Amino acid sequence: MVAALKNPNVDFRHRNLLGIEGLSAEEISLLLDRSDHYAERNRSARAPGKALSGRTVINLFFETSTRTRTSFQLAALRLGADVVNMAVEHSSIKKGETLLDTALTLNAMHPDVLVCRHPESGAVKLLSQKVECVVVNGGDGAHEHPTQALLDAVTIRRRKGRLQGLTVAICGDVMHSRVARSNIYLLHTMGARVRVIGPPTLVPGAMERFGVEVFHDMALGLRDADIVMMLRLQLERMQGSCVPSIREYFRFFGLDRQKLSNAKPDALILHPGPMNRGVEIDSEVADDIGRSAIQEQVEMGVAVRMACLEVLTRNLPRLEDG
Amino acid sequence: MMAGTGKHHGGKHHGGERNGTVAYVNARLIDPASGLDEPGALVTSGGVIADLGPRLFSDAPPPSVDVVDCRGLILAPGLVDMRTQLREPGEEHKETIGTASAAAGAGGVSTMVCLPNTDPVIDDVAGVEFVARRAREAKATKVFCYAAATVGMAGRELTEMGLLAETGALAFTDGTRAIANSRVMQRALNYARTFGLLIVQHPEDPALAENGVMNGGEMALRLGLRGIPRVAEVMTIERDLRLVEATGGRYHAAHLSTREAVEAIRRAKARELPVTCDTAPPYFTLNETAIGDYRTFAKLSPPLRTEEDRDAIVEGLADGTVDAIASDHAPHDQDSKRVPFAQAEDGIVGLETLLPLSLALVHKGRLGMADLLGKLTAGPAAILGLGEGRLRKGAPADLVLIDPDKPWRIDPDAFLSKSKNAPWENLPVQGVAMRTVVEGRVLHDRMT
Repeated sequence: MVAALKNPNVDFRHRNLLGIEGLSAEEISLLLDRSDHYAERNRSARAPGKALSGRTVINLFFETSTRTRTSFQLAALRLGADVVNMAVEHSSIKKGETLLDTALTLNAMHPDVLVCRHPESGAVKLLSQKVECVVVNGGDGAHEHPTQALLDAVTIRRRKGRLQGLTVAICGDVMHSRVARSNIYLLHTMGARVRVIGPPTLVPGAMERFGVEVFHDMALGLRDADIVMMLRLQLERMQGSCVPSIREYFRFFGLDRQKLSNAKPDALILHPGPMNRGVEIDSEVADDIGRSAIQEQVEMGVAVRMACLEVLTRNLPRLEDG
Repeated sequence: MMAGTGKHHGGKHHGGERNGTVAYVNARLIDPASGLDEPGALVTSGGVIADLGPRLFSDAPPPSVDVVDCRGLILAPGLVDMRTQLREPGEEHKETIGTASAAAGAGGVSTMVCLPNTDPVIDDVAGVEFVARRAREAKATKVFCYAAATVGMAGRELTEMGLLAETGALAFTDGTRAIANSRVMQRALNYARTFGLLIVQHPEDPALAENGVMNGGEMALRLGLRGIPRVAEVMTIERDLRLVEATGGRYHAAHLSTREAVEAIRRAKARELPVTCDTAPPYFTLNETAIGDYRTFAKLSPPLRTEEDRDAIVEGLADGTVDAIASDHAPHDQDSKRVPFAQAEDGIVGLETLLPLSLALVHKGRLGMADLLGKLTAGPAAILGLGEGRLRKGAPADLVLIDPDKPWRIDPDAFLSKSKNAPWENLPVQGVAMRTVVEGRVLHDRMT
């Protein structure tokens, strides 16, 4: 079924990429196939083509980010676009009206693509309603981070050859994670089985409504998993509110060799980065080239963002020469 | 659970005491956990119960065995006291784990569980280990501890419940303070659920109880003392029950004192929520009139309530709503009690009076003997996940031999506890622990 979908001419009938929820398996496969294509191009000496030549991309980040912003920037540059980075100091921004004012101002400059990250869930969608260009969600609050889920999927598919039928364990602060939500939607749509693991303060029982299996014990949750996806634990969650301490968290929910031994022998480890070594993951595991795909995820990040930019701009009016 | 203090220690030095085989014959054997209540015999050997039953030694015990004739006596599991304050570390002038263990032995208590409201608070692994070590050194009763639910019992940040439980903490509580903040309580119940652990609440709304020193009502008005309204208890319990329902966490309400609280727990149990509760002898023995003329020995937390409440507590014990009776042992020196009423510390010493005051419920016909002993043994043991509190072949020989009818008058001056604060002076009672045995060792003996 998946093989039959490898048609680069499948339409992507969305103006924006605001989230994974609502995308069909065919649309996700299209993005993954194009990502594979760009991953190969990026590794080879061949130029990736100039699909975005003459286009303007604005990176509008209301939340500090180095990795994601650089990844989007590189992706756009490699496709020949002109890129402007706007890092907005969150403290100097008033929410609500000011976000819309910013949107209207940028819209008046006629960019082709706006990549936006914002600390509030739903803010990127709100922005998208006020501009005429393509909007790509670079992460909104605890809602969605679609390009992260796509790059995780490409990484898994390249290593395992498929997504369908795999058992994926997502571990850690699921409650506050946009990465987890986007991944759950994507993996479900592509036919994988998803488990979420963590203490009930970070993995509420209501997560079952997402169609995932909820575990509060790492050994049980990791049993026979094909993929172990670790999430970053924010420092403010560790100081006695959701989790009593770092050492307690690491003892019961940090991924080390011993806990990993419950997963399949060839289980692959993913982490969206940046890692808290000794909090959610042991260095011994994180740096194991045979098991950890963490570096590959970063590499795929650029390819996925190239694919998204290319596929989304296909729908824009074509640029006239001269 | 893991750090059974005294469980795996001490055998080296005192192995001789334990290896003797002792046969208790002609006893009324009562094991509330299994429903056993029959005349019979029980034999201990090497610290464990080697055998028991109605037909054991029906001819005669072998001559090599030390025989104890228990005619007229009940042989039951040693009492499991699920709520004590042992004052060590920090207030050793009031009590130590050593003196409390001696008092426990005299009262028939073979296992006690202490609150974390020491100085420093037991909120880290070192505190749990300290209690375990001191109990090993005392080599008397088994001592387990609760750990604080929040750091410093300050009601804000959760403690390392997983690591504390691995070290031996049985459950989590902020001791004599309520976990007041709803969000913190929700997180505590939720987080403890990760490990299947229990949260024990002191159910009292702190805002309503602020500066209160006795039950709110007419008597407080007449005495001119600030009252703690009865509703302060049930309000906290009902809030907690909502959170239990929302989180699925395990919850235990400590020392119930009001009718409404009993009713709330009764309703929660009917709805099959994972909820238990206990009470303590003062709450089914006395009412607020015991305060009389500003008697500080009758000042405790929660305060003594009305006669209607006292009766409801007895009713709750009789119908199974109240799962356990704890001593609520709260030793205080004279300086803490010989002060104006409002300035006096809360609490009564309870280890040596737990059994006779509880037996009054049987003598008055409110509870059957096996039922009552269940509230003092298997009931609390089941709540805390302890293997103690039952008579079973191969189980540790933790036993109490009870003369259920022996009349005597309570004399606090004769207590082995370091503190004597109790309003029971000269109170006539019936029933006494004749011998207390922990893992085959005789801790206390009135048989000779």
